[in-house]
Amino acid sequence: MVLNKIVKLGGEVLQSAVPLKNKSQRCASHFVYSPDSNSTIKGDRTKMNMFQAINNALDTALKTDPKAIIFGEDVGFGGVFRCTLDLQKKYGKQRVFNTPLCEQGIAGFGIGAAVAGSTAIAEIQFADYIFPAFDQLVNEAAKYRYRSGNLFDCGKLTVRSPCGAVGHGALYHSQSPEAYFAHTPGLKVVVPRGPIKAKGLLLSCIRDPDPCLIFEPKVLYRMAVEEVPTDDYQLPIGKADILINGSDLTMIGWGTQVHVLKEVADLLKEKHSISAEVIDLVSILPWDVDTVCKSASKTGRVLVAHEAPLTSGFGAEIAATIQENCFLKLSAPVVRVTGPDTPFPHVFEPFYLPTKWRCLDEALKLIDY
Amino acid sequence: MAFKTSLSCACNVFFRHFSRTTLKSSPITQPKFPGAKTSWTEKLQFTEPSQYTPIPVYRVMDRTGNILDATQEPQIKDEILLKMYKDMSVLNVMDKILYESQRQGRISFYMTNYGEEATHIGSAAALTLDDLVYGQYREAGVLMYRGFSLQDFVDQCYGNSDDKGRGKQMPVHYGSKDLNFVTISSPLTTQMPQAVGSAFALKGTNKVVVCYFGDGSASEGDAHAALNFSATLECPVIFFCRNNGYAISTPVNEQYRGDGIAGKGVSYGINTLRVDGNDVLAVYNVTKLAKEYAVKENKPVLIEAMTYRVGDHSTSDDSSAYRSPKEVADWATNDYPTKKFRYYLESKGLWNGDKEKQLLEQTKKDVMSAFSVGEKKLKPKWTEMYEDVYKFLPAHIRKQRDSMVEHLKKYKEHYPIDSFQK
Repeated sequence: MVLNKIVKLGGEVLQSAVPLKNKSQRCASHFVYSPDSNSTIKGDRTKMNMFQAINNALDTALKTDPKAIIFGEDVGFGGVFRCTLDLQKKYGKQRVFNTPLCEQGIAGFGIGAAVAGSTAIAEIQFADYIFPAFDQLVNEAAKYRYRSGNLFDCGKLTVRSPCGAVGHGALYHSQSPEAYFAHTPGLKVVVPRGPIKAKGLLLSCIRDPDPCLIFEPKVLYRMAVEEVPTDDYQLPIGKADILINGSDLTMIGWGTQVHVLKEVADLLKEKHSISAEVIDLVSILPWDVDTVCKSASKTGRVLVAHEAPLTSGFGAEIAATIQENCFLKLSAPVVRVTGPDTPFPHVFEPFYLPTKWRCLDEALKLIDY
Repeated sequence: MAFKTSLSCACNVFFRHFSRTTLKSSPITQPKFPGAKTSWTEKLQFTEPSQYTPIPVYRVMDRTGNILDATQEPQIKDEILLKMYKDMSVLNVMDKILYESQRQGRISFYMTNYGEEATHIGSAAALTLDDLVYGQYREAGVLMYRGFSLQDFVDQCYGNSDDKGRGKQMPVHYGSKDLNFVTISSPLTTQMPQAVGSAFALKGTNKVVVCYFGDGSASEGDAHAALNFSATLECPVIFFCRNNGYAISTPVNEQYRGDGIAGKGVSYGINTLRVDGNDVLAVYNVTKLAKEYAVKENKPVLIEAMTYRVGDHSTSDDSSAYRSPKEVADWATNDYPTKKFRYYLESKGLWNGDKEKQLLEQTKKDVMSAFSVGEKKLKPKWTEMYEDVYKFLPAHIRKQRDSMVEHLKKYKEHYPIDSFQK
């Protein structure tokens, strides 16, 4: 290969002229992933990372539902994150296929396929690129059943899309747009924290009678590895998970942020003897008000953390609901640790994220309030 | 009430005209529907794509740099020809080194321009600096030709304190106010309707707007909006499609049917050209013609440059997963734009092996020097993150910044502040 040779040559020049430094800092992740230890799903298990678990869920959907189809940009060769790997080979181009490069087209096509009886599983390559599809999702998918008096619906539509920080994604490969969609009655929105959740939630979304969006934190695709049940199983939409039981404060997150909060809980316990409860909200719309408010009432102190900007982030909805329901049980105002109200920047990402140190800082302030 | 009145008026008009005598006295030979200017037919048949003759690919040179029709050889000064060749070669060397630097983790991302050099340089050479350029993301050569220095490229890829974009965006998202090159944005095709708006604003100034996009981008809804707006609002914009055969992994036969992107131009009522994008002289000629027409007529032009993406889509891509190494090697060896141009220059006595060697050695040195300088520079001060969201820093963002400043006083050891300016 001519090109490879050229490239290699470039590399040699580079090595000799400029010694490498600081490589690890750029690639460093801002959290430590921790697998689920107490999953109660029965049956055989196989070690899978999150993209493999999603692939396994998609395979299950295609196998169990002859009407299921999977489509999106580059899904044919396996998708840019490998979630649809080998599915076209296994099920053919009629069921797993590339679309032209057009997100509004993908969403509209998916709605139509669902209306006519297909189980439509669409991929939007990055959540940052879902906005051309906003009209189709918000005005069409979300309102199909309502506006037709239940004559028509597109409940068989599921949209998968990678979201969140990845270390170097900058403005357009990092966003977490869940709050935009949480403002849309008629949609369901979930965010998995790892492979086991991803498989079970995705299968629930695919089989749910209403249109669902699943935002998959892309940084977890390869990093998150768990012993994933190989059988067909579903996990509930609208149900939060208490990952760590605690008594002094409640920390709520979803997706990647759950792992940050678990680290914070460890720090609080080890260094400050503070017992923090950690809740993975799992489902943004509908969300588990009962579990959250029960915990808030128990601890009296709540921290909500998400990567998306502060203003009108989903943390705002959680905070408002907690103060409505638990006002007299609270010992401090609910605090939000989030991305600032700026676009998601490139080299400043370490200062943008709701890091464990920012969460720890705010948790300690909550305790001392 | 207004509705009722106008309705009854319309009815009167209708009945007055609806009489057999009127119809007989003026036979309608052409349909008068407002929606299409065409003729009648009594034959029931499809208009099939196969009946349509595809737009041919305009070229000046063959694969070995021979001029095929002497009247088509552009009269370009030797010094400009040499600048064009030099920039194509520098672009190659810069790509090799920045690609490798990403592989080593020095920069986070990169996109090479391999195979598409002639589309960049041929078009850039036919424009002037006061023309406004909207790129997609793989147009580094256009920017280089306009005067973006190696240091400018490297600084942007590092997002260091001299990056004109202030460290906000991923590598290759270049922009330059001085060079009239609007800063790149990752979401595809968003630049197309924007370019039309800019062209509308620049009408009558003898400037054009040039908008680059890809075969994949042309599928987005924004592409339709842009083409249609430019035609109906008569805007001096040149749409320049780099049809390189792939949108990441998706080949063109899964991207569109019909006569490519050029075929769409005509149906929007836009003057259209299809060109060999690997022939820098042909690209120059079509762009020059497009500019002359756009400025004179205040109308859009669509150029479809046929080329091949020899490199991977980006450093996040491994194209061997969806295309054969042989296919890539064929394009890299048999129809490489830089090589073709070199043959031409050699035939004119403007270039030779010694000059080539000298150029490559010098270029490598220049890139490496820009590279090591760029790597040593600190990132902008971290509070830059809060700037330019708005013209003036609003109170709520100021508050968030101040609280982060306080946080860093306590926790600075956990943040990479030493890599950033104080």
